[in-house]
Amino acid sequence: MLLLFLLVLIVPVLLSWPLGYAMARVIEPGRGSGFGRLTSGVFSKVGGLAAVEEQEWQRYLFSMIMFNVVMFVFVTIILALQQWLPLNPDAKGPLEASLIFNIAASFVTNTNLQHYSGEVSMSYFSQLFGLMWLQFVSAATGLSALAALARALGGKKTVGNFYSDLMRTTCFVLLPLALLVALLLLAGGVPMTLDGAVIAHTLENATQTIVRGPVAALEAIKQLGTNGGGWFGPNSAHPFENPSFFTNMVACISIVLIPMAAVWMFGRITGRMRDAVVIFSVMMALLVLKCGAVIWLEGAPAPALAGLPVEVVSNLEGKELRFGYGAGALWAAMTTATSNGSVNCMHDSLNPLTALVPLAGMWMNVVFGGVGVGLINMFIFIIVGVFICGMMVGRTPEYFGRKVETREMTLALLALLVHPALILGGTALFAATPAGAGTVLNSGAHGFTEILYEFTSAAANNGSGFEGLGDNTVSWNIATGMVMLLARYIPIILPLAIAGSLSEKKPVPVTAGTLRTDTLLFGLIILGSVVFIGALLFLPVAVLGPVADHLTVNMH
Amino acid sequence: MKTMLTFRNFIRQSAASLRILPFTVVICSGLYTVIVLLAAQVVPYSATGSLLCSEKGEVIGSELIGQQFTRPEYFWSRPSAVSWNAAGAGGSNLSPASLAMRQRSENLLGAFALKKGEKAPADLVSASGSGLDPHISIASARFQASRVALARGLSIDQVMRVINDPACGKITIALLNESLVNVLQLNRSLDRLQK
Repeated sequence: MLLLFLLVLIVPVLLSWPLGYAMARVIEPGRGSGFGRLTSGVFSKVGGLAAVEEQEWQRYLFSMIMFNVVMFVFVTIILALQQWLPLNPDAKGPLEASLIFNIAASFVTNTNLQHYSGEVSMSYFSQLFGLMWLQFVSAATGLSALAALARALGGKKTVGNFYSDLMRTTCFVLLPLALLVALLLLAGGVPMTLDGAVIAHTLENATQTIVRGPVAALEAIKQLGTNGGGWFGPNSAHPFENPSFFTNMVACISIVLIPMAAVWMFGRITGRMRDAVVIFSVMMALLVLKCGAVIWLEGAPAPALAGLPVEVVSNLEGKELRFGYGAGALWAAMTTATSNGSVNCMHDSLNPLTALVPLAGMWMNVVFGGVGVGLINMFIFIIVGVFICGMMVGRTPEYFGRKVETREMTLALLALLVHPALILGGTALFAATPAGAGTVLNSGAHGFTEILYEFTSAAANNGSGFEGLGDNTVSWNIATGMVMLLARYIPIILPLAIAGSLSEKKPVPVTAGTLRTDTLLFGLIILGSVVFIGALLFLPVAVLGPVADHLTVNMH
Repeated sequence: MKTMLTFRNFIRQSAASLRILPFTVVICSGLYTVIVLLAAQVVPYSATGSLLCSEKGEVIGSELIGQQFTRPEYFWSRPSAVSWNAAGAGGSNLSPASLAMRQRSENLLGAFALKKGEKAPADLVSASGSGLDPHISIASARFQASRVALARGLSIDQVMRVINDPACGKITIALLNESLVNVLQLNRSLDRLQK
């Protein structure tokens, strides 16, 4: 068990260091680099001068939103036409309109909340050319936004070119890694075929229709890009997505790899590696804490079996045996630390108190977080930390040598409040009306947690779910679709605006009185602002949901 | 800000986006998929779904996908919330503290005809995440061995030998030292043994 724990945490940390270096070199090749010139040449042929020229942060954002609109429209068309498009061996029919909106919003925003079951509703064409394509470019969008933020904080007036960043990260970071992981998954037994379902005649003379598909390709980028949208309904709990202990390890490491490397990429682009070490340590401390807590809580047996003649072992409801004891819980912690959202066990069937850990991870949404955007979220907490420290010593706060003033703080607070407003507002509305209350599977506090989890997952752009919830309704599709869009773009736009505004200021000289942001002390301050501001906002709902659920179980 | 909103810029940006769209689709969905599909030709068995065939060449299931067993001469799989539907998989999503799960477990226990003081392994009363878990724990195989032996007219030792034979579906997770048995492979081995 301990070995598993170490393997899953230490291997990605070790791999993230060289990967972070490579990512920084790819996205920021420098003027003298042959790679940079060659790719810029190709990109200008592909997209014209607009795809290579230097952009100020406003224009960068404009390009990003423009491309994301195009992504949304393209995937909507593919999904709406899927019954007439090729690569549909199992003859999947049309999708309902509000579901199409939800899927498009979900995959464009890197969330991958799934109100459909892939093997029931999706053609191979929709999965490969709609969803899998978005799994690449939505992840690349996040990494590009982080690169722009890092450049602005590094003091540059122009922050690169969005299209170049997008194509560089897609072709030279995500694609090679996805190929590597896909090959490992193939070796581990994941199917990869364009053939349709096969009908088996079982040993007891029943028939079983076995749906297959080109799973390995999608599976790789699903994990690497913190997407999480699987080929099949049960996601990585399905034996075709995740057939063995080995594939489970590969997937688990892929979940955190790029989010970890993104911190080092940030350090290299800003030229402040010591700051990156501090940020990385804070995230790592929270991740270890989450993993430890979840394994401990999920080690308890299922309360429903208490007193029955059953061997007492850890809760096995909703888990697969081949990943080994503790692997489901560990995955639950990692997939909600990053904004991945794939699952290898059913979160609805986690022990009542265990559910707090994935929820807390998504409330904070900065424990490495989504590719690129996790660190962008953390930037807001850093700014808040800097501000609080400045107030305490009575000095104008500074970050990276620039004064943080009213304009920046206003934007930071707005960015900070979007997340709780969407989660708490949405949960309140749906818990109080039949739109939500009528769709829960489990009763009482657990049912409330199903609603809370759904909005949390949408707002954190995570995509995992308490799947007992009957969430494929028009109201759920539209509500979570809107939440995902708002929760994706506002927390990218506002931080970039802050960084852009900082970069326009004159640098202030470092003196003995300057608050250093690359020290252990400042690490603790960030940790404090994440825990006290990020997580404690959610204490009331935590008590109403998982805690009440836990207490009512153990009271009778 | 002013330059950003000009009509000319809008056109340039849309043109760039619309031209980059097919470029990335061809690379990410086309080229990438084709390379992985070609690589899959090296492992045709698992790439097509690890299908197992009878001697007549008829597909009897997939090594990776659990199926339903109800007869006493077969080892039974873990409970499935979707009746082993491999075209619509899923878990129970029941709270592990719910009355519904307790009642389901009591019903399942009833089918095991437990002797006094005997306990059933937890994996046999807990539904799997996919509803298609192909494995049961080695303890669950031992637990069912006497029923299977009786129904088949074999000795318990003979059945135990098949359970412990890695060629009949037993796997061990090396790092954790946990042993599991693939139910379909185990049952097929028993059928072959008795033919």
